[in-house]
Amino acid sequence: MTKTNNITIELKEPLSYRAAFMLIFKRDLTIAFRNKDDILNPLLFFIIVITLFPLGIGPESNTLAIIAPGIIWVAALLSTLLSLDRLFKSDHADGSLEQMLLSPHPLFIIVLAKIIAHWCLTGLPLIFTAPLLALLLNLNENSYLALMLTLLIGTPILSFLGAIGVALTVGIKKGGVLLSLLVLPLYIPVLIFATSAIDTAAMNLPYSGQLAIIAALFIGSITLSPFAVSAALKVSTN
Amino acid sequence: MWKWLHPYANPEVSYHFTGKLIPWFSKLAFTLLFIGIIWALLFVPADYQQGNSFRIFYLHVPAAILSMGIYVGMAIAALSSLVWQIKLADTSVAAIAPVGAVFTAIALITGAAWGRPTWGTWWVWDARLTSELILLFLYLGVIALHNAFEDKTLAGKAAGILALVGVVNIPIIKYSVEWWNTLHQGSTVSKLGAPSMSSSMYWPFVVCFIGFICFVTWVICLRFRAEILARNAMRSWVRDLVTQQESK
Repeated sequence: MTKTNNITIELKEPLSYRAAFMLIFKRDLTIAFRNKDDILNPLLFFIIVITLFPLGIGPESNTLAIIAPGIIWVAALLSTLLSLDRLFKSDHADGSLEQMLLSPHPLFIIVLAKIIAHWCLTGLPLIFTAPLLALLLNLNENSYLALMLTLLIGTPILSFLGAIGVALTVGIKKGGVLLSLLVLPLYIPVLIFATSAIDTAAMNLPYSGQLAIIAALFIGSITLSPFAVSAALKVSTN
Repeated sequence: MWKWLHPYANPEVSYHFTGKLIPWFSKLAFTLLFIGIIWALLFVPADYQQGNSFRIFYLHVPAAILSMGIYVGMAIAALSSLVWQIKLADTSVAAIAPVGAVFTAIALITGAAWGRPTWGTWWVWDARLTSELILLFLYLGVIALHNAFEDKTLAGKAAGILALVGVVNIPIIKYSVEWWNTLHQGSTVSKLGAPSMSSSMYWPFVVCFIGFICFVTWVICLRFRAEILARNAMRSWVRDLVTQQESK
């Protein structure tokens, strides 16, 4: 009885933007926590890729220190790429994506909530494990703060840009390899500025310039990419 | 004001219009490229530093400029298809992308061939080279996405969105790699202001460049017509066209 009452109330008063945002955000987090593999697997991938480099290149600690920022960032790009599939694919398969497109709320809000939820599930764990891996790679002591800051501002950009690629390929059966072809070129600027900031920090020089550019990319992607994602979702669900 | 443009949104009208353009551009392209390349390869004095190897300039620079110009053209087509819902604009995105990819590849390969005698290496991770390589990846992404869809109307729209995202990224990529590392020389030719090379070397370049523009227009028109035919294969005017061809 109360349930039906709730439904009628909801129909009378449409959800506010903030409520709609929180609803989608919590929904995505709940689904992810129910299959924890989806969170753990990209993280394990991140760790394993990083362990491969010392094995391939040799345990020379000076060499490792030089290439550590690049390795950590490339591994972060790849593991984000692996986890992107989850963003829209299962919703597309069970039809809930179409319901979201049909809902009266702006698609911008829904997409924003989904992408931010995706970042909380993939970006945040990366940020927490990165210092540990940096320790294993013998990263320069001055660089830790820069590494954390670039990851903190940079990984949301990866989620936002990646969402465009996923939205474009969600309707295609074999979208996996295609997705990496579409998304990786777009990731290049983030990679360049992030590693350059970490390298500059290792030399004890100010790196606020690179950080400011990454922040600008972040703001640009947070405002523009949900529009592109919405347009792409409309195309691929048709 | 826009009335004179409207008829060209119709595939049939566009098909016949580009059909009229093709002979002009093909003749112009062949004449200009013939004159320009012979002039550049045989009669232009050799560079005092680089000797004869600089002659690849006449192929490399037009290809490099066009690779970016074609991308901008493709992005404008993609934007007009998204904003004004013009179906033919999608068709032109599909027609333009492979041409742009080939020109990017030409610019990269000739650049490598030029880099070998002058810089002593085929490839360096320099700003210009890297951003051109990324441009090639962007083109390949657009082509791959277009091929991945069964339904060509959807394919055109999706590829258009990707082309637009790419065009936002192009200045970012260009400047990010420029601040990152650089060896490639600055531009010697610009449309505004005096070129920083002697006029005996400059004019053949202009002829070659216009020749390449005509060539690109010609190839794009050909591809555009083929795309129109493929997408409208079920229409009566295409069938009439085919029966006319057969009766000839």
